[in-house]
Amino acid sequence: MQAFTTHQGLAAPMDRANVDTDMIIPKQFLKSIRRSGFGPNLFDELRYLDVGEPDSDNSGRPLNSEFVLNQPRYQGASVLLARKNFGCGSSREHAPWALEDYGFRTVIAPSFADIFYNNCFKNGLLPVVLTESQVEQLFAAVYATPGLQICVDLPAQTVTAGELSFSFEIDAFRKECLLKGLDEIGLTLQSSSAIKAYESARAAQHPWVFGAIKRA
Amino acid sequence: MAGMTLYDKLWQSHLVESRDDGSALLYIDRHILHEVTSPQAFEGLRLAGRKPWRLDTNIATPDHNISTDRAERKAGVAGIPDKTSRLQVQTLDDNCDHFGIVEYKMNELGQGIVHVMGPEMGVTMPGMTVVCGDSHTATHGALACLAHGIGTSEVEHVLATQCLVTKKMKNMRITVDGKLGFGVTPKDVVLAIIGKIGTAGGTGYAIEFAGQVFRDMSIEGRMTVCNMAIEAGARVGMVAVDDTTIDYVQGRQFVPTGDLWQQAVEYWRTLVSDSDAQFDAEVVLDGSDIAPQVTWGNSPEMVAAVTDTIPRVEQQASAEQRAAVARALEYMGLEGGSAITDIPVDRVFIGSCTNSRIEDMRAAAAVAKGRRVADSVKQVLVVPGSQMVKQQAEAEGLDKIFIAAGMQWREPGCSMCLAMNSDKLGAGEHCASTSNRNFEGRQGNGGRTHLVSPAMAAAAAVAGHIVDVRTMMEEH
Ligand code: SF4
Repeated sequence: MQAFTTHQGLAAPMDRANVDTDMIIPKQFLKSIRRSGFGPNLFDELRYLDVGEPDSDNSGRPLNSEFVLNQPRYQGASVLLARKNFGCGSSREHAPWALEDYGFRTVIAPSFADIFYNNCFKNGLLPVVLTESQVEQLFAAVYATPGLQICVDLPAQTVTAGELSFSFEIDAFRKECLLKGLDEIGLTLQSSSAIKAYESARAAQHPWVFGAIKRA
Repeated sequence: MAGMTLYDKLWQSHLVESRDDGSALLYIDRHILHEVTSPQAFEGLRLAGRKPWRLDTNIATPDHNISTDRAERKAGVAGIPDKTSRLQVQTLDDNCDHFGIVEYKMNELGQGIVHVMGPEMGVTMPGMTVVCGDSHTATHGALACLAHGIGTSEVEHVLATQCLVTKKMKNMRITVDGKLGFGVTPKDVVLAIIGKIGTAGGTGYAIEFAGQVFRDMSIEGRMTVCNMAIEAGARVGMVAVDDTTIDYVQGRQFVPTGDLWQQAVEYWRTLVSDSDAQFDAEVVLDGSDIAPQVTWGNSPEMVAAVTDTIPRVEQQASAEQRAAVARALEYMGLEGGSAITDIPVDRVFIGSCTNSRIEDMRAAAAVAKGRRVADSVKQVLVVPGSQMVKQQAEAEGLDKIFIAAGMQWREPGCSMCLAMNSDKLGAGEHCASTSNRNFEGRQGNGGRTHLVSPAMAAAAAVAGHIVDVRTMMEEH
């Protein structure tokens, strides 16, 4: 998993509450066998004027010019500014996959749905919770200043944008994992020697558990 | 100190590490993979440049969205009509080849529904931890395994580390004593249990099924019961080791022989709950009270004896229940107060990881023998759970009995259990089904599922409506 320390990038505003995971990545894309490649279909129904299918050629599809991410000033955004209860609905891990694949590294909102919040950490995406009024100030700044960059400093736990500077809370364990780029697998692998020790003890005791499965 | 339950013992013997937050690293002995929940896990491994921790623990087979039609199957992967399904099956083959994982491919002997082929090949043995990216993994608990379903991230985690980060569950014991009546099967027992404790009754628990009824039951029957632990809200269901377990395991492909077998059996014999073990919850049923069961609604707990009537909305105790029953009856197109045996049947499905083993095939064939499917019934699918079940059934001539009765004998797979291939219900059609879920649209959009045993399903096919199979069979 990609580590997250400090990230500074162009901010895009997703100015609506209760953005659900079906909106982030619609259900027809779950048939995919891949975990990457969802970026072109992030917010598919909002972003395009036609209905997308897993095998559509997205480059030729009609864009909805009204949609925020299609506006020239937000091209290349990597910080998503959002409203409350972001990521609600279905538990699909495809939602953070799509945000990450599009190029977002962090999402800032007053609150997130639980499962989505957890899924972000499994995928190197940092969800930042600020207060409603802080988020409101960031929205105002983004609208007022084309090209506004937001800087999220995980070690210092701060968000800065122009004159604004806020601090945020994060679970120490999760922070540690993100800083080191450790996903759950990476973490478990830190216990490799314990796993190996278990295996040798077990192999001595229950040898039939090992070596049996091979082609006849 | 109080004794240990079977679950406590299985947990204890697989504990690699306990963590401060109450979670633990649990060692996994067997990991079964199929085409639907594995592709992203393999891709994740690739992206991170990781390899499977062990190869001699994983086994794969396609089952969920392969065709059960003989001609399509003969054409191999290229014969799968749906493009997305074809790609998923091909991807499983490619991933297994790439990583060196043993796979029983679509038309090989050994292929089958993950929860049928695993125990049958001796992949799963008593005392093991078994996981699979499928919620019905509890099936393997019939062999005194700690077995449960996992998500895609966890599939990747197990591939990479051979462990799972998990928390210990509570212990529940469900005791069914007495003797089952004539015509009453393991499916009826588990449906009756779900009817009693509800679909959330087992949430947070590992269930041990105990008592005379399970002691008298074959391993196939125990698998049917453990399979549906998840429909009772529990991720884990299991039965302790006895002679039946040992006899079942002996001689299977991946099972040890000679001294190693002796050593294993000696250990397996200890896989029972201690007599002074404490359970956090106990449920008791009398086996002789159980009649053949039929679900009438859209949740497995909406179940009744075949001799009963469909509940009326106004008889429900709470407003919430009245709303749930009203909604279910509307979807199912049924009247409260009418007889269960008045439920018409348009299609019949005999198969799924709940009821597609050789005993299930025999039970259905015993009813079908010398009879004909009713004219009003559009289709009866009989889908063996694995290539080995198919081979055995054909050796016994069961396929001929089904075909003579007007039923279709198919190739092994999940089929109409979840309708990911072309085996589906049409809107409004009623189906007597031996599968495990009767949710809205599960077997096809607008389809109406009635969960029953294989004998009851065959009887419904013949009658054209739900019928008490006991009235069609002679008691010996
Ligand atoms: S038969 Fe049905 S329940 Fe069983 S594994 Fe297949 S789809 Fe899942």
